[in-house]
Amino acid sequence: MHRDTLKALSAQLAARKVSSVELTTHFLDRIERAQPVLNAFITVDREKSLVQARAADARIAKGDVAPLTGIPVAHKDLFCAKGWRTTSGSKILSNFVSPYDAHVIEQFDRAGAVILGKANMDEFAMGSSCENSAYGCVRNPWDTNAVPGGSSGGSAAAVAARIAPAATATDTGGSIRQPASFTGVSGLRPTYGRVSRFGMVAFASSLDQAGCIAKSAEDLAMLLDVMASYDPRDSTCLDHPKDDYVGGLARGVKGLRIGLPKEYFTKDVARDVTDPILAAVEEYKKLGATVVDVSLPNQGLSVPVYYVLAPAEASSNLSRFDGVRYGHRAEKYTDLMDLYKKSRAEGFGPEVKRRIMIGTYVLSHGYYDAYYLQAQKIRRLIARDFTEAFAKCDVIMGPAAPTVAYDIGSKVTDPVQMYLDDLYTIPINLAGLPGMSIPCGFGNKGRPVGLQIVGNYFDEARMLAVAHAFQQATDWHQREPKGAA
Amino acid sequence: MKAGWEVVIGLETHAQLTTASKIFSGAATTFGAEPNTQASAVDIALPGTLPVLNKGAVERAIRFGLAVGGTIAPRCIFARKNYFYPDLPKGYQISQYEQPVVAGGTLAFLLDGEEKVVHLTRAHLEEDAGKLLHDAVPGTSGVDLNRAGTPLLEIVTEPDMRSSAEAVAYAKALHSLVRWIGICDGNMQEGSFRCDANVSVRKVGDPKLGTRCEIKNVNSFRFLEKAIEFEIRRQIEVIEDGGKIVQETRLYDADRDETRSMRSKEDAQDYRYFPDPDLLPLAIGADWIAEIESNLPPLPAERKRHYVEHYKLGAAEASFLTSSREMAEFFEESVSATLRTLEADVRFVDTRETGVARAVCNWLVGAMSAKLNETALTIDQSPVRPMAIAGLIHRVFDQTLSSRTAKDVFEVLWGPQGDPPTGGRVINVSVHEHANATDAVDAIVEMRGLKQISDSGAVEAAVDQVMAANPKLVEDFRSGKEKAFNALVGQVMKATQGKANPAQVNAILRAKLG
Repeated sequence: MHRDTLKALSAQLAARKVSSVELTTHFLDRIERAQPVLNAFITVDREKSLVQARAADARIAKGDVAPLTGIPVAHKDLFCAKGWRTTSGSKILSNFVSPYDAHVIEQFDRAGAVILGKANMDEFAMGSSCENSAYGCVRNPWDTNAVPGGSSGGSAAAVAARIAPAATATDTGGSIRQPASFTGVSGLRPTYGRVSRFGMVAFASSLDQAGCIAKSAEDLAMLLDVMASYDPRDSTCLDHPKDDYVGGLARGVKGLRIGLPKEYFTKDVARDVTDPILAAVEEYKKLGATVVDVSLPNQGLSVPVYYVLAPAEASSNLSRFDGVRYGHRAEKYTDLMDLYKKSRAEGFGPEVKRRIMIGTYVLSHGYYDAYYLQAQKIRRLIARDFTEAFAKCDVIMGPAAPTVAYDIGSKVTDPVQMYLDDLYTIPINLAGLPGMSIPCGFGNKGRPVGLQIVGNYFDEARMLAVAHAFQQATDWHQREPKGAA
Repeated sequence: MKAGWEVVIGLETHAQLTTASKIFSGAATTFGAEPNTQASAVDIALPGTLPVLNKGAVERAIRFGLAVGGTIAPRCIFARKNYFYPDLPKGYQISQYEQPVVAGGTLAFLLDGEEKVVHLTRAHLEEDAGKLLHDAVPGTSGVDLNRAGTPLLEIVTEPDMRSSAEAVAYAKALHSLVRWIGICDGNMQEGSFRCDANVSVRKVGDPKLGTRCEIKNVNSFRFLEKAIEFEIRRQIEVIEDGGKIVQETRLYDADRDETRSMRSKEDAQDYRYFPDPDLLPLAIGADWIAEIESNLPPLPAERKRHYVEHYKLGAAEASFLTSSREMAEFFEESVSATLRTLEADVRFVDTRETGVARAVCNWLVGAMSAKLNETALTIDQSPVRPMAIAGLIHRVFDQTLSSRTAKDVFEVLWGPQGDPPTGGRVINVSVHEHANATDAVDAIVEMRGLKQISDSGAVEAAVDQVMAANPKLVEDFRSGKEKAFNALVGQVMKATQGKANPAQVNAILRAKLG
């Protein structure tokens, strides 16, 4: 059952070959076995999940079946789900039980999907290794000495280990594509504004985007179909018509123009990563695509720009965690200022504190113009690079990360080095574009390599079809790690 | 003000907008609800919640901009003002910093008969914070977030004012305007309209501005005046004693009538303003502005001009009549009701509008405003309605009532507020029960016997009686003391309980005195 695609599971549920309760129980059992090793979840609540599974079974019995009815889905722990603890990977929210549902959760609920549990993540989605969770680091199912990538590492690891059929995730600087790449699964970050942020614990509002992780592009299409909808509660959510993501999968890649930016194929990218990617491009040529050279001249500035803008927004977004209304409050304090200081000092982890400090600094009087304003200007240049590139091609391809997954602990002492690893994902976020990562081979130590596919605004349907064509011709996406659960 | 000194004042006013829901959430804005019953997940800043702009708040801001002749920004942005305080749930206040919705504009008003113009710097939208309740929860402070997210328009002036009286006159004119255009209820007790005053002093002739202090949250015109006065005295004293004014924020303590330092510039926060990424820049189209403009009521300045030019009223009178939209409406309704009742009377077919407007104005400036002051009612609460004013004027015009007795009728029309006016008898007269404006008035005249004595025989008898009883006055007049004449008129009026027609009394008395 855990190897089946969402389509297959959906068919089995509709035909009553399996019940949602059986399916959910199967995955909950797998999670239980894997959890001590992988630590992919922060909260699992068997009873809550089974209540939903029973409701789904009742719905199916009445013949009311949508594509995801009865399917258990893991949710990154920054999506607020009513009655569920929602920690965002932080100690400061360790006791926060959300009284309301995020828009994304509502959408899955409406479809009849089951909440399988809340997936582990880097604290407040800050990190690219999943070593920054207050609930312990997540391990990569392919090699438990390796990081799964972050910040959606729990979601990616759960899908890779086949302990969840699919998972939601978010991507602020590459937090879907990089862990998808590191764990050999498919991950989609839609266009900024395609999916509502309502109910998503905010990291950097202008960059945060909800997306999904699954075993294949076809599964992602089914998930996006549920997630993508207009929500007036998010002012940045765009009322853009939804495409037929599932129906459009088979359109193939004949005549597709693939742009290969020269900046994506430099010596900074490891050979063991470049080789499978170039082989994947060759596969596309065989399928009828052509390759054009494009350039993204300002992309080298994207990491510094990101590490000005994202912390700036984060420093403000995280002000609400002050111990006054909800979340962790220090037990002993002398006065108001002491309450703030102690609650936040105890509640936030080091990476979050680092970014709050950076963000506070770059917004401060006297530094705003030099950092924040300048970064906003460069952000526009980076976005313009893509507009020019997309005049020549339909999709852009390249690596999702410059290396395969690295060993746990190997980079924690050098945050700047870790930040630089996001060079190939960050520009897409700064531009608000959609991006994907799909497995395309293995590199050093047999660790997976992801092919990044970047599309134009709201071109998710084409991107999914492009990814699907590759997955019809190859079987990288079907490879799975041994014995994780 | 001490000689040789000049004060420079700028005002920042927070006007709470009259929207039913908050500026970024759907929660209600009703005043006085149980703590935290009007705070949604957005208002208490639960993780993941997002702001959605209330269009009605923007519309009211545009309304204001149009009313003061400011520029409406075609594109405005919302910024975050970051600081920590328990009544600020998000840790930042959504406000406008660069590109506010309204830039510029002016507000004109009369001060001691002289027209003053104050220039506005800007008016921007922002959300209010909650409040702390220090006595509601024993041993600790409670936080009430009902007010958090209430829409405010912050109206900032240039440092144009030169006295506390001018600052108060500006604040009153602004108060009247925001109520006039219906964007703020102006309730100062409930904090719907509150002012911060920036005050500095300098030697007369000094072109440089002095160091200013900001007096926060003054919520009555009287306190505003007193706070500024105190601050002027304090600043001059400090400088004359060889000291220096420190830029700081001060609070006015009404009980002690003094301002006290709250925080100095040194502890001023760095608010780290930046554009709120949760809200897209707001585009304000010309068609939206045009639509709002077409729904704008005639503005007080326009009305004032009309009253002066068309009705030939004085500037001060016109200002009084336009001190609130309700007053102006009452005035205009009274004028048209009077014209209608006079039209129905063949004797007054050619009555001029100017005469009627003058008569109505006199009633409103005189008896009406005295009564309103005395009872602390507003014009729209007045028991005497425009129909009754029309009836009174009609009966004065046709000489049924003298101006004296008309005032008695007015008293009766006002009704039993406190002691009944005369005779201890309560007469219940509702204008609405009567078909004509004059019916209620006539009923009172009848009941009280207030009809003017225009019968020349009766007036003559009264004059004879008074002349006989006051030989000294008669003699004085005859020996050239004109004053004595007025005294005799007064005696006749007294003898007739004010019912005699004064013109007739004059004529008959003149004739008799030879």
